[in-house]
Amino acid sequence: MAQEAGAQPVVLRLSEISKSFGALKALDGVSLSLARGEVLALLGENGAGKTTLMNVLFGQYTADRGSVEVMGRALPPGAPRAALAAGVGMVHQHFTLAGNLSVWENIVLGTQSLWRGRIGARAARARIADLAARFHLAVDPEAKVGRLSVGERQRVEILKALYRDARILILDEPTAVLTPQESDALFATLREAVGQGLSVVFISHKLHEVMAIADRVVVLRHGRMVAERAAAETSAPELAALMVGGALPESEIAPRPAGPALLRLSQVSTRPEGRAPGLREVTLSLHAGQITGLAGVSGNGQRALSDLVSGLVAPSLGGFEIGGVPVSRWSPRAAIARGIGRIPEDRHRTGTIADFDLTENAVLETYARDFARHGWLDWRAARAHAEALIRGYDVRCPGPGTRIRLLSGGNMQKLILGRVLETGPRIILANQPVRGLDIGAVTYVHNRLAAARDGGAAVLLISEDLDEVMKLSDVIHVISEGRLSPPFARGAVSVATLGEWMAGAHFAPAAAGKTGGAHHAA
Amino acid sequence: MEIFDILASAAFWAAAIRIASPLIFATMGELICERAGVLNLGIEGIMVAGAFAGWIAVWAGLPLWGGVAVAFAAGAAFGLLHGVLSVPFGLSQHVVGIGITLLATSLTFYTYRVVLPEVSSPPKIVAFAPWPVPGLSQIPLLGPALFTQTPLTYLAFGLVGLVSLVLYRTPLGLALRAAGEAPAAVAAQGLSVTGLRLGAVVVGSGLMAVGGAFLTLSAFDSFFFDMVNGRGWIAIALVVFGAWRPGKAMLGAILFAAFDALQIRLQQTALGALVPYQVFLMLPYALSILALVAMSRRAEVPAALMVPFNKGER
Amino acid sequence: MRLEPIAAPSLARRILPPALAILGAFVVAAVLARLAGGAPFAVFSGIVTGAVGSKFAALETLNRATPLIFTGLAVAVAFRAKLWNIGAEAQLYAGALVTAVLGTGALPLPAPLLLPLICAVAMLAGAALLFGPAVLKTRLGVDEVVTTLLLNFIFLLFVSYLLEGPLKDPMGMGWPKSARLVPEARLPRIVEGLRLHWGFVLALIAAALVWVINARTTLGFEMRAVGANREAARFAGIPVTAVTLKTALLSGGLAGLAGFSEVSGLKGALTLDLSPGYGYSGIVVAMLALLHPLGVVAAALFVAAIFVGADAMSRAQGVPTYLADIMLAAALLFMVLAILLTKFRVVRD
Repeated sequence: MAQEAGAQPVVLRLSEISKSFGALKALDGVSLSLARGEVLALLGENGAGKTTLMNVLFGQYTADRGSVEVMGRALPPGAPRAALAAGVGMVHQHFTLAGNLSVWENIVLGTQSLWRGRIGARAARARIADLAARFHLAVDPEAKVGRLSVGERQRVEILKALYRDARILILDEPTAVLTPQESDALFATLREAVGQGLSVVFISHKLHEVMAIADRVVVLRHGRMVAERAAAETSAPELAALMVGGALPESEIAPRPAGPALLRLSQVSTRPEGRAPGLREVTLSLHAGQITGLAGVSGNGQRALSDLVSGLVAPSLGGFEIGGVPVSRWSPRAAIARGIGRIPEDRHRTGTIADFDLTENAVLETYARDFARHGWLDWRAARAHAEALIRGYDVRCPGPGTRIRLLSGGNMQKLILGRVLETGPRIILANQPVRGLDIGAVTYVHNRLAAARDGGAAVLLISEDLDEVMKLSDVIHVISEGRLSPPFARGAVSVATLGEWMAGAHFAPAAAGKTGGAHHAA
Repeated sequence: MEIFDILASAAFWAAAIRIASPLIFATMGELICERAGVLNLGIEGIMVAGAFAGWIAVWAGLPLWGGVAVAFAAGAAFGLLHGVLSVPFGLSQHVVGIGITLLATSLTFYTYRVVLPEVSSPPKIVAFAPWPVPGLSQIPLLGPALFTQTPLTYLAFGLVGLVSLVLYRTPLGLALRAAGEAPAAVAAQGLSVTGLRLGAVVVGSGLMAVGGAFLTLSAFDSFFFDMVNGRGWIAIALVVFGAWRPGKAMLGAILFAAFDALQIRLQQTALGALVPYQVFLMLPYALSILALVAMSRRAEVPAALMVPFNKGER
Repeated sequence: MRLEPIAAPSLARRILPPALAILGAFVVAAVLARLAGGAPFAVFSGIVTGAVGSKFAALETLNRATPLIFTGLAVAVAFRAKLWNIGAEAQLYAGALVTAVLGTGALPLPAPLLLPLICAVAMLAGAALLFGPAVLKTRLGVDEVVTTLLLNFIFLLFVSYLLEGPLKDPMGMGWPKSARLVPEARLPRIVEGLRLHWGFVLALIAAALVWVINARTTLGFEMRAVGANREAARFAGIPVTAVTLKTALLSGGLAGLAGFSEVSGLKGALTLDLSPGYGYSGIVVAMLALLHPLGVVAAALFVAAIFVGADAMSRAQGVPTYLADIMLAAALLFMVLAILLTKFRVVRD
């Protein structure tokens, strides 16, 4: 590794880290080092081991082999407390914040001895205000975290680390939940931090960000470090090839003209649920033979729209038509009956029943209609159906009697995909269909969705990955705070414009304020 | 009307405060457990065990406060068992709780029969005597009602203030509140979710047992098999009714106890001649169900209640 | 050292929890028996002979197992769907009450008509009692554990009122008891001269039916799905609320059958002490059976044997009968703990 004499001291060194989860070898002898004031990007696709490596560093996991040194001193494994004390601060991909507590309470949590009598709120709040000003992290210390936006919560997470005098900041996919403009603000914060002597490890799979912010890049693939480059000496195509281990398959999914409208929402509004916004006067048409992509920062109404199309929620206002016929009684069963195939956002919580086997999961939606007579189930037919899905959709598993929790995410998603597509739906809802999948599974799922589209289905693609939306969709809408932008044809709109819409610009000014979502008179 | 006469009497309110006291201990104990994220259905059995343990310790020669300490220890022991099974082992809190209730109750009855095999009626002890607060107990109406109670009652009300203070103003309370809402946040800040939850269950169970001991050491002076009679379940309803806040839960307990005191007195009135006594006895339980229904929009439920926390689970 | 999930537990591993539970219960009993001044071996042999040592004892065990099979099934069905029915005790009394009301001469029907009628209404009564808490759960999100528990107390007071008042046996001696059932309302003995009645057979049939429902019908599939993952079930189009309510009806009905069986088959009248906690013991039975309907029969026989044996042993040796309750509570806790062993393996790094 290139480390010239006279350069900044090494603040972090990971040596030969290996970690397995059962049969899965997540990390295999990974070594890297970080110098003071450096921004190191850890690059790799989903499943490469980036988060696992950082969780080992932070003490959430214990490595099977290998060691960690912070500021020259060995770090005892498996103890977040030790990592925090050594000056390592981590901003997780899924925020670790307590919604019922305020911002300052979340920051102060765990920083004082549990035997202390008082919290000392005033001193804490003053220190937080100072840090917030210094690092351009605007947030209200008294606000309940449960009410904050995603971008604000991330700022709280960063303040948590800074409050604990972190010298090394680890950020795990921080821009996954930000608008392009918010990402720029984050980078400004990171530059300020580096200017004050902190070092940053930045985990990402987004090449252009890595090129923009990093000094050095380490590429992981299948748990091994495959390359290390100075950012100035490499390029995005080279990094992409290193990430994937070859040339990136250029899957061009060509745009297509619209067929008839199969699903129509006219000025539809739904009730907000908790802090998630409801839909606000949304007008949307899904056309046969087209993929309609929904871009947007998570938490802006995607859940409301997917719940509506899935059948979980009915509109409280506005017109809802499927195939030209208005919808009166609405439920998941009705949605399935009307020909909507739904790939849910969370395959573990909503898409499958973990303790059921593949056969039971395969017929979860169709057991009554296709595999039962007078309430009596035909398990032989169900099993045959499951076997057909396993063959047809390349689901790697021991057999249809396997409990589905033992399958990998990719195979689970393929089963769900098969279960949905085999019924020949006219409308397909694909909600974050490739989240957490490796590149092979991603390509498979995308190709299948494109094939369904070519077969005349109308696909609604909801994704937080703007690249995915732009690559696949024929038509793109942006959702922001429950409102929908007009449609944009792919190729006729730029990332910057989409980013502006995602940040809320260009929408007609809202009648009510931002907090708490809009409530509509019934 | 007779009801108004009853409501205006100091004796009525004194009874209400007295009836509320064991409920307050039990409710505070359950509240601590649930705020940390653990539902403790062992409460009924733990109260029985506490009632017995405190009483038998005093009968064996310990001073009254020693009996209270023994009761707390007994509760804490069962709490530790519950905690170990449901926190680090992550077993179903429903089943573990019911198992603890069955175990604590049956162990209590068994021990009673072993220690006192031949008795026809349980021996009495000298219970806590009411201790009038100097000065305050002279206030008309309020004095006899509020300030002429036993020391355990004063402790109960003091406990509410203490629990509030700890929960909202100390780092420990902050950590407990976070553990019941977002254990991942607690772990990420270097604290032990297991330790916090275990501690909460142990302390909470000890308090529940003291609530049981109140019945044998303060309200009455002997131990009966059906003594607790569902107060543990009522305490669980009161926690919900109080939206997991100590002050509100205490008010709920007092309100509830007032109804209970009222129904006892109504049985002596003209109404009592018309209505079967069982109806009066049903009221506390029916009221608890109503309280649960009234508070059913539980926005303030600790989000991680009953959800086991698995560190580093993939 | 850490815990690693097991893919497919072997049969040996799956048998382990009930086996360990029983063993653990006996160990605890041995310790406590010693503390009470009894000799553990004598206590155990006392229990065993008390349970199955004579024809009388064995029949008594089967009789005691009958209501436990019903309540065990009731709890198993409910728990499978994550409906925490702790109110089987009240549901049992509901069925018993109906039996006493309809079977003491109010309906002049012959036995082949009267018995099935009372049986059906008893089931409805038990179902009705669980329906309320189930509706509160599905409509308002009220936790059914506490509501069913509180309902136990309320309903028992109601039965107490009826037995001291409208239902009181006019020829009774003074303590609360209903009039005796007419012969047409009595479940007959299986063999003349022996105390075992047809309720036992009814319980076995009920277990078989529940098994079939679980494994081969759409309702069984839906109940299992709702219990395993409510959200996924709803998303897949399963009508979760309707399934929960149907589960409540089935579960409550089974518990109501327990009451019917006890009054019509065994006691012949309704008394306040009809059930020594069968509703709660049903929870232990269901858990020991790992919620499997056929396992419920085995577990109910085991639990009944412990109770009957402990009664006899206590009369002979003076060790308090509560030992049986302790054994079962301990068995329950060991059981739940041992289930971990089927799911996880300890791995040395």
